[in-house]
Amino acid sequence: MTRMIDIYSILPVMIVAGWALLLLVVDLWIPRHRKGITALLAAIGLAIALGFVLASSGNTILGFNQMVVLDGFSSFMQVLFLVSGMVAVALAYDYIQRMNINHGEFYVLMMFSIAGMMLMSQAYNLLMVFLALELLSIPLYVLTGFARTRLESEEASLKYFLLGAFASGFVLYGTALIFSATGQLDFVGIAAVVTAGSANSVLFLIGAALLLVGFGFKIAAVPFQMWTPDVYQGAPTPVTAFMSVAVKAAGFAALMRVFLVLFPSLSEHLTPILWVMAALTMIVGNIVALAQNNIKRMLAYSAIAHAGYILMAFVAFGNGEVVGNTVAATLFYLVAYGLTSFGAWALVIVIEREYGKGILLDDLAGIGKHYPWLGVAMLVFMLSFAGVPLTMGFWGKFYLFRTAVQAGYIGLAIIGLLTSVASAYYYLRVVVYMFMKPGEPKLQINPWVSLVIGVAALAVLLLSLIPWTILELASRAVLLLQ
Amino acid sequence: MIPLSWYLILAAVLFSVGMFGAISRKNAVAVLISIELMLNAVNINILAFWHYHSQSLGYTEINGLVFAAVVIIAAAAEVAIGLAIIIAVYRLRKTVVASDINVLKG
Amino acid sequence: MLMEFLPLLIILLLAVFIGVFVVVLGSTFGPKRPGQRKNSPYESGMVPYGPAKRRISVRYYLIAVLFILFDIEVVFLVPWAVVVRQIGVPGLVFMIIFVLILEVAHLYAWKKGALEWD
Repeated sequence: MTRMIDIYSILPVMIVAGWALLLLVVDLWIPRHRKGITALLAAIGLAIALGFVLASSGNTILGFNQMVVLDGFSSFMQVLFLVSGMVAVALAYDYIQRMNINHGEFYVLMMFSIAGMMLMSQAYNLLMVFLALELLSIPLYVLTGFARTRLESEEASLKYFLLGAFASGFVLYGTALIFSATGQLDFVGIAAVVTAGSANSVLFLIGAALLLVGFGFKIAAVPFQMWTPDVYQGAPTPVTAFMSVAVKAAGFAALMRVFLVLFPSLSEHLTPILWVMAALTMIVGNIVALAQNNIKRMLAYSAIAHAGYILMAFVAFGNGEVVGNTVAATLFYLVAYGLTSFGAWALVIVIEREYGKGILLDDLAGIGKHYPWLGVAMLVFMLSFAGVPLTMGFWGKFYLFRTAVQAGYIGLAIIGLLTSVASAYYYLRVVVYMFMKPGEPKLQINPWVSLVIGVAALAVLLLSLIPWTILELASRAVLLLQ
Repeated sequence: MIPLSWYLILAAVLFSVGMFGAISRKNAVAVLISIELMLNAVNINILAFWHYHSQSLGYTEINGLVFAAVVIIAAAAEVAIGLAIIIAVYRLRKTVVASDINVLKG
Repeated sequence: MLMEFLPLLIILLLAVFIGVFVVVLGSTFGPKRPGQRKNSPYESGMVPYGPAKRRISVRYYLIAVLFILFDIEVVFLVPWAVVVRQIGVPGLVFMIIFVLILEVAHLYAWKKGALEWD
């Protein structure tokens, strides 16, 4: 029987999904040149949901017969997703007008995707994990191909769809095998069966490995990263920004929830695999990024590399002593990376004249001289990405490395450190192009986009000085993780 | 009575066939069909296990059935989106062969 | 265990045998007088025109996609219909919500003109 507390536990998700449905209908009667109203309504919907998330945070509820959970972890993640959504709306408003793809469905699809992510962070049943994965992925396939007249966009969409559907097949088969091994779908039941030792250990292990493959696609970990650069390059830039922050966070949310609750007993088998994945992801992402000329592709490889750093801390998921630190460091890093990433992508949106044009490194020439505040903001983002000491990115990496060292993976931490140093080359090259090369850039800067850049830069600067506030929040979020 | 393992092996074989198709085929529609085969192989696995599990319990648990229904719905939604994307690509490029669609590279 | 399928096997073999037997009988003893009329694919039907691999209008796929989406909801509707008396009013309320969500999709497709052929 459905109780009020069940509804309460997923109220923000219901608000976002319901609002998106309403907006889909309302948008039909909004004329083409007034789509700003749709953007505003979408942002209001996200803000209302954000209010409810903040109001309900601090509770721990298992709702709908243990199908969903509301805890600090889910609240933290949902704030991240909703803020990402609002930033993406601000970035998209001007962009989709300039690129002549000004349809209200853009915002609606984005809200559906956010509803999926929020559900993902709350899922406490493998069925819900699969459902949330589909709900977050399917709108994104469409968003990627949203620039319908551009072949790049369609191609990216096709690639993303084929590989995404392939990956969800893996998640599904993994789920089915875990169901076969334990006879249960909800996390509580599976954990009980595993603790009792009556699970079929072979099927259970294969299921866990298949889930890892499926989530590996979503977080773009090597060797499942091949779609990332193409999709990030071809998709409309606000969608790329949204993907690089929110989808990655959702993938890690699912990975952490599933692995920390269900698979601690398998850590002996899975840790070596994760170790190799983390090392490869850091190495490949950073090395290939060195050779990129296109800023969108460079940031795509940088996104892969950052997933590698997070995976590095995640390797120790079975070690009960450091696992709290792992989650806290990951949440902190997702915030740090998200802020920095949105700033950098907003700058790409500023310099992108036509769809997919004007985003080579050469196009940055002269920006530092003619638009000094843009140059300074980008300098902040790039320093933070590279993890130069005392920036927010540095603190993020510091916490991740500390966790890895605590868990005894010193080799992995050294690989991370070396690749991190190598990454400084391509991040600082961006700054060099902006300030050192002569050029006469002509930019049209939309106030919303510059607001995003300004707020992101200020937040990165401010939080570089007081990183422990976010870490404190993240640590409290962990305590409620079941 | 056919043992459960036969069904699980059948599902694994079908899943592998689908996986091979998805990797080796170049035509986007064929890849889509292969992915559908993977999803349906999983459904065989789920339903077979659910049936045997219910029998061994002595009462019917609903979770397997619900799971299969949700998988069918999700697969249908994926097909609909996939077909729409493939048509959009075809309109621009007049081909659905994945290796011919290669604007993006680095 | 497999013995219960034995009658099925016998019927299968019998059917194959009769089919092959009749064809062999006809081709061995029947008269053969081939002519242009007799060699055409449909001896007594219309003369076929155009290649069989005709292109289908792309609008057909739109209809097909919409059909899949609105057809598959039956997967949820049928189990609900089976137990509707036992789950009572809450079940009805949830199903109404479900159908309303579908109706949003229908309204959207309608307003966008996806349901019109021309």
